[in-house]
Amino acid sequence: MIGKKVGMTHVYDDDGRYIPVTVVEAGPCSVTQVKTLENDGYEAVQIGFGETRETRLTQAQLGHLGDNSPLRHLREFRVTGDTGVAVGDTVTAGVFEPGQNVSVTGTSKGKGFAGVMKRHGFHGGKRTHGQSDRERAPGSVGAGTTPGRVFKGTRMAGQVGNKRVTVKNVTVFRVLEERNVVLLKGPVPGNNGSIVLMKPGSN
Amino acid sequence: MSTIIEEIAAEHLRDNIPEFSVGDTVKVSVKVREGERERIQVFEGIVIKRRGASIQESYTVRRISHGIGVERVFAVHSPMVDKIEVARRGRVRRSRLYYLRDRVGRAARVKEARR
Repeated sequence: MIGKKVGMTHVYDDDGRYIPVTVVEAGPCSVTQVKTLENDGYEAVQIGFGETRETRLTQAQLGHLGDNSPLRHLREFRVTGDTGVAVGDTVTAGVFEPGQNVSVTGTSKGKGFAGVMKRHGFHGGKRTHGQSDRERAPGSVGAGTTPGRVFKGTRMAGQVGNKRVTVKNVTVFRVLEERNVVLLKGPVPGNNGSIVLMKPGSN
Repeated sequence: MSTIIEEIAAEHLRDNIPEFSVGDTVKVSVKVREGERERIQVFEGIVIKRRGASIQESYTVRRISHGIGVERVFAVHSPMVDKIEVARRGRVRRSRLYYLRDRVGRAARVKEARR
C-alpha cells in the first residue's frame, strides 16, 4: 500500500491513555501491473497512488497505465503465489485492521552534511580550558606510523538523512476507511507530505 | 494544519473547559485508577505554563506539597481529568512563571487579579 504522510497528532484510547499517532493518507491505490514468474522472472504487484493530470505524465507512462487513471507514484510489492488481484483492482485503507503490525518505508528527513556529533553521537571536545576550535571536532581518527593509514569504516562526518528507511512493527491504531486514512502508532520516516510504503507484517 | 488532523482531533476535544490562564490557581480533579476502582484526586496549584493548541494543548500546575515543589503537566483535553475549577485569578506579567521555582514561601505568591 502506498500512502502519504499527513502529519502527527495524538488521540486518546478507551482507557484515556495518550497515544501519539501519525496520520497517513493510505490509498486508494490501483493495481497497474501484475508481474509473473513466466513474464518477468519474479512475482510482484505494481500499484499506483496519487491521481494527477494527464499532461503531467509522459506518453510512455500513460501507455503503461492503460485504462487506469493517471497516477503519479508507482511502486512494486513482492508477492508469492497467486494473489487473485488483477490490473485495475483498487486497494483501499480497508485492507488494514486496527491492532495489526505493519512495516513502513519512507525517505527520512534530510539533515545535510552533518558533523560527527550529530551523525554518530560523538562527545566533541572541551568547551573551556582555552580550546579554540575543538568544540565539535571528532578527535583522532587513528594511530601513527603503524598502521600509517585510517581504517576503513572509521566514523566521520557526512550525509545524514534523505535516505530510504524502514520502520518495522508499527501498530495500526485506527482505520478511517471512508477517508482512506490510517492512524499509525508512533512516528514514521519522512517529512509531512512525503510518500510512504506500508506492508503488513514485520518483514 | 491538515483538515484530516483537525477532524481526528475534534473527536477528542472537550467543551467543558473553563477559561483559565497562567497565574491562576486551579483545582484539577484527576481520575486515579487503583486496580478496578476509580477515584478522584484533586491537584491544586498555580498554572505556570500553558502551551500548544487544539488537542495538543497542555498546561503545567505547580504546588508545594509537604515542603517539596511538585509540578504536573496535564493535557487540556485529557479524558483523565474529570474537571478543572478556577479557584483564584492571578495577575502576572509573563507567560511562563519559572521564577516561582526559585522562590520559597511568601515570595512564591501571585497577586490576585482585579476585575
